[in-house]
Amino acid sequence: MELFIVFLSAAIVNNFVLSYFLGICPFIGVSNKLTSAFSMGLATTFVLVLTAVVTWMINHLILIPAGLDYLQYVSFILVIASLVQFVEMFIKKTSQPLYRALGIYLPLITTNCAILGLALFMALRDYTMMESIFFGLGAGVGFTLALTIMAGIREELELADIPKPFKGVPITLITAGILAMAFMGFSGLI
Amino acid sequence: MSKVQAGPLNDFMNGIWKNNPIFKQVLGTCPTLAVTVSVMNGIAMGLATTFVLFFSSVIIAMIKKLIPNQVRIAAYIVVIATFVTIVDIVMKAQFPDLSKSLGPFIPLIVVNCIILGRAEAFASKNTVVRSAFDALGMGAGFTMALLVIGGIREELGSSKFLGTVILPATVEPMLIFILPAGAFLTLGVLFGTANHFEQKKKDKELRKTIEAELASKTAIAETVEENPQKEEV
Repeated sequence: MELFIVFLSAAIVNNFVLSYFLGICPFIGVSNKLTSAFSMGLATTFVLVLTAVVTWMINHLILIPAGLDYLQYVSFILVIASLVQFVEMFIKKTSQPLYRALGIYLPLITTNCAILGLALFMALRDYTMMESIFFGLGAGVGFTLALTIMAGIREELELADIPKPFKGVPITLITAGILAMAFMGFSGLI
Repeated sequence: MSKVQAGPLNDFMNGIWKNNPIFKQVLGTCPTLAVTVSVMNGIAMGLATTFVLFFSSVIIAMIKKLIPNQVRIAAYIVVIATFVTIVDIVMKAQFPDLSKSLGPFIPLIVVNCIILGRAEAFASKNTVVRSAFDALGMGAGFTMALLVIGGIREELGSSKFLGTVILPATVEPMLIFILPAGAFLTLGVLFGTANHFEQKKKDKELRKTIEAELASKTAIAETVEENPQKEEV
């Protein structure tokens, strides 16, 4: 039950994009088309869960026992960068169709703040290994959800009559604001 | 700003408006939205980012020849993460309240696209001095944008500016502006407004060039009419 609450909290109530503002760059950049938004969401979820496992191990098995807490940021970001690189190579070798679907999004994920944010929140809240995995999964599902909803709305917005200066990024931000308001309705859930 | 100045001053001014990291390049939106609940937070975040941006740009411009091309991004990130760690430790020791209210967004400066973006686009190609001015300009532009957004949100969301009440009590604070939704709305509207003025300026310039072109054409036509022999002009 505890794990489910962690999952639900990260996915919906405290949605990473709409209430923690993590991963706004891909949220604005890749939400033009529904299919690419969904692929990006899946790729990010995959990396999020992997990051949760690996950074938890690094933090609890190496950094904390050795008293090297101050190296957290440097080591986390290096682990994430190399992890993303590794995942890219692995997918390229094993599954060509998956690589074609996710390939171009993978390098972008390194600078997605959601990934480092996840690692930092985990360290801050002292999650256990299992909690971390569910937290990563929830964050990924929440990110995918927000990105997909946004892409769906933006496909419709293409046809709308928007004042010229508000086309593109501004209207996306305003839509995200309204979406965030809708997500606030979930706040009593937990 | 309309005059094109060469040298460091131009590099500095470039970041403030012409290539403002937030309104023109759409970089670093995550911290922009997250920390602008109050003006103070905005300023602190802006200064912290400027510090990291300045030192990492200078260091990267210094060692750009030593870094192999294939691992440059990783090398940049390590430099940036080191300075972020310094900022975080200093803030925790000197300004514990501020550090607490900014929370994980101080360490998240590591993945602020502005810093990596400037390292890749500017510091890795230019001299140390130019990179330093560019970093200062970008930092100032970022801080100013945060200040404006933070000002609007704090003003409307809690009727305060830098913690002191300035709106009359009859104006109800609109809570929505200090909630996440208000951040998106404020930035969206500001962005649109900035675009509007930019478009106006561009239209004006376009009209000017067209008018100038027309004037020169009529001048040519007149000279042609006056001297019919020079028609090949």
